[in-house]
Amino acid sequence: MAISFMACHALAGTQSNINSTIYCPSRHQPLVSGRLDVRRICVSMRAAAEKGHTSAASLPGIPRASKLITSAVAAKSEATTSSPSTKPGHEVLLFEALQEGLEEEMEKDPRVCVMGEDVGHYGGSYKVTKGLAEKFGDLRVLDTPIAENSFTGMAIGAAMTGLRPIVEGMNMGFLLLAYNQISNNCGMLHYTSGGQFTIPIVIRGPGGVGRQLGAEHSQRLESYFQSVPGLQMVACSTPYNAKGLMKAAIRSENPVILYEHVLLYNLKERIPDEDYTCCLEKAELVRPGKDVTILTYSRMRHHVLQAAKTLINNGYDPEIIDIISLKPFDLYTIGNSIKKTHRVLIVEECMRTGGIGASLRSSIIDNFWDYLDAPIMCLSSQDVPTPYAGPLEDATVVQPPQIVKAVEQLCQ
Amino acid sequence: MAPQISTLRRALFMPAIASRFMAPSALSRSFSRSADEDCSTFTVDIAVQFKGHNVEPPAQVVETSAKELMKFFKDMSRMRRMEIASDQLYKSKLIRGFCHLYDGQEAVCIGMEAALTKEDNIITGYRDHCTYLGRGGTLPEVFSELMGRRNGCTLGKGGSMHFYKKENGFYGGHGIVGAQVPLGVGLAFAQKYEKVKGVTFALYGDGAANQGQIFESLNMAALWDLPAVYVCENNHYGMGTAEWRSAKCPEYYKRGDYVPGLKVDGMDTLAVKQAVGFAKEHALSKGPIILEMDTYRYHGHSMSDPGSTYRTREEISGVRQERDPIERIRKLILLKEIASAADLKSIEKEVKNEVEDAVAKAKESAPPDPSDLYSNAYVKGYGTQAFGCDRKHSTVVLP
Repeated sequence: MAISFMACHALAGTQSNINSTIYCPSRHQPLVSGRLDVRRICVSMRAAAEKGHTSAASLPGIPRASKLITSAVAAKSEATTSSPSTKPGHEVLLFEALQEGLEEEMEKDPRVCVMGEDVGHYGGSYKVTKGLAEKFGDLRVLDTPIAENSFTGMAIGAAMTGLRPIVEGMNMGFLLLAYNQISNNCGMLHYTSGGQFTIPIVIRGPGGVGRQLGAEHSQRLESYFQSVPGLQMVACSTPYNAKGLMKAAIRSENPVILYEHVLLYNLKERIPDEDYTCCLEKAELVRPGKDVTILTYSRMRHHVLQAAKTLINNGYDPEIIDIISLKPFDLYTIGNSIKKTHRVLIVEECMRTGGIGASLRSSIIDNFWDYLDAPIMCLSSQDVPTPYAGPLEDATVVQPPQIVKAVEQLCQ
Repeated sequence: MAPQISTLRRALFMPAIASRFMAPSALSRSFSRSADEDCSTFTVDIAVQFKGHNVEPPAQVVETSAKELMKFFKDMSRMRRMEIASDQLYKSKLIRGFCHLYDGQEAVCIGMEAALTKEDNIITGYRDHCTYLGRGGTLPEVFSELMGRRNGCTLGKGGSMHFYKKENGFYGGHGIVGAQVPLGVGLAFAQKYEKVKGVTFALYGDGAANQGQIFESLNMAALWDLPAVYVCENNHYGMGTAEWRSAKCPEYYKRGDYVPGLKVDGMDTLAVKQAVGFAKEHALSKGPIILEMDTYRYHGHSMSDPGSTYRTREEISGVRQERDPIERIRKLILLKEIASAADLKSIEKEVKNEVEDAVAKAKESAPPDPSDLYSNAYVKGYGTQAFGCDRKHSTVVLP
């Protein structure tokens, strides 16, 4: 429960500016009009969580709602993504969560190793592998020369014998140089070898549009890799799911690409102390609602949450789903949501042409046509190289006002 | 050893008399059986000089035995027959797509196998039929895979360019030129990581030798002292382009610069054996080394290439007459009086029958099941067989 406004807190920067979007599920009225004392709510919700309360109705200062959804994921009866933990948990930034997940898996399994540029002695360009080389040695946290094609190939070759390498692309865009290895060897070897080889590799790195990094360093590779058969793709968006997905990806026997975002590394959240993983194929229900299903992933989740504040104030009740699994899609969760709301808005950072939204749209049409009351709307980035100038860069990606407008249009 | 040779010589010169007292087949069988089991070693001179780059070449003499030579002959004949049979199958459209044949180059893989164990790994490109056989593959598996049958070595889904045998350390079988070399460095990395006392041999051709990833991965292998040996099978033509037209420096064993190299006559099985043993020791103690095998392919690049538009027929037949690896071993066997010409002929016939049987068996075997289209795209236990981004083609049924 503490997740979403903590995230907004981190993004917005100052506490007092927040119109909180606690996903306290009051249906028909906006949660609060005007500003909230976030700090008070944080404290009270944390206290409630510590006592094991998951019901928002028992929280002080929050209006009672008639219907409550206490489970965070609309799956059958599996574990929730928010933790009803008995221990207090600890606060981490997203890159620290990734590092924790990585470290725990490396301790557990000696076959897990990391390869990438500056992951060892430098500690990783985004500090995800900080301290690991001192702990595990140079062979397990390998500083490679700048040769993406070859060290990715090397990692795949090592995976063929049973090692579990994690390849870090310093920026996902650099992994385009390794496209041949990722597509032909990583994705296809399990199939073309008749099942003889498994490639339990994790390919991860930051991608997405950052702060004026320029066109070549602002690429979104999920659209390029989504067609490759044999790969699994997941995108993390919060410290909780970052750690869980990292661990699950390392344990998976399939090749997994874990997409991180350059701008999300400093998100802060309280995560459980105990060992946990997130399911690689399951979407996360961020906020239940009934008017419209908003499907999103990675950084756009936070833009959607920001837009949701406005929407809730204006009387809309959006259901927000972070799809997490980009390949394959979690059509169970998505379908349940569409069955309820009958309207879909996809908000993504990919380009419009051939992006994740395009595939998601066609999957939804194929499977849930009968449940739709309106055409599926898809907000994506513009089909241009990302410009350097700040305002232009902001214009290439989807911003919260556009999301608000789209929902209003959809719900007419 | 001397008494044995005199027995052999007697048998050689007295078959007519001997045959009155025993059945002729029994005579020849007992003759070659003793040759097959004769492990006593003798040395052979290697004709063509090794050329070293930053390394002292190994000795020009190699130890071998009658048993080994007979094995070379039989295995190479089997490989030659297999490739010729594949040629015929391709022309009768039972093998489709790309078919890259290895005949002429058999000495490289046979010589390698003589010096390596199953602890060592071999990875190569698409000209992999014979390398697969050398690593313990069987003829029925080969032909079934080539014809796309279910009992092929990769279940009929890989094809000519994707033969693998993990348990014997054969890692393929790759279609993209040069991409197997970084994989090979990864195999060597894993051997170092797991502290396995083995070496990885990454094979590539003269065409691939100009790929950037060769040099990138060589740098990494040398940097971390990985037990990798790079073997450039130089058959002098990268599809239709001769080596002097594509490489500024066609001395591929020198291209490693800081990595030592050795040039080997790749048509001489014993030279290959010597060089590979030497390279293995080097890789285990000092780090990577490049071997350039000077070899030749009789067929074109693939079955779609006649192979005569960029080279003359005289060149091909010249190499066949002067440097053919099987003829070389045959001459050596006859010279050392290990077996008779008739024996060798009967081995060739035996091998021909093996190949024909395997082809017949493969022709009768079943194609893959339609459900095999989706198997092994992901590792089982993933949850569902994934057919696409939405996991199923069929409509999702909601509760």
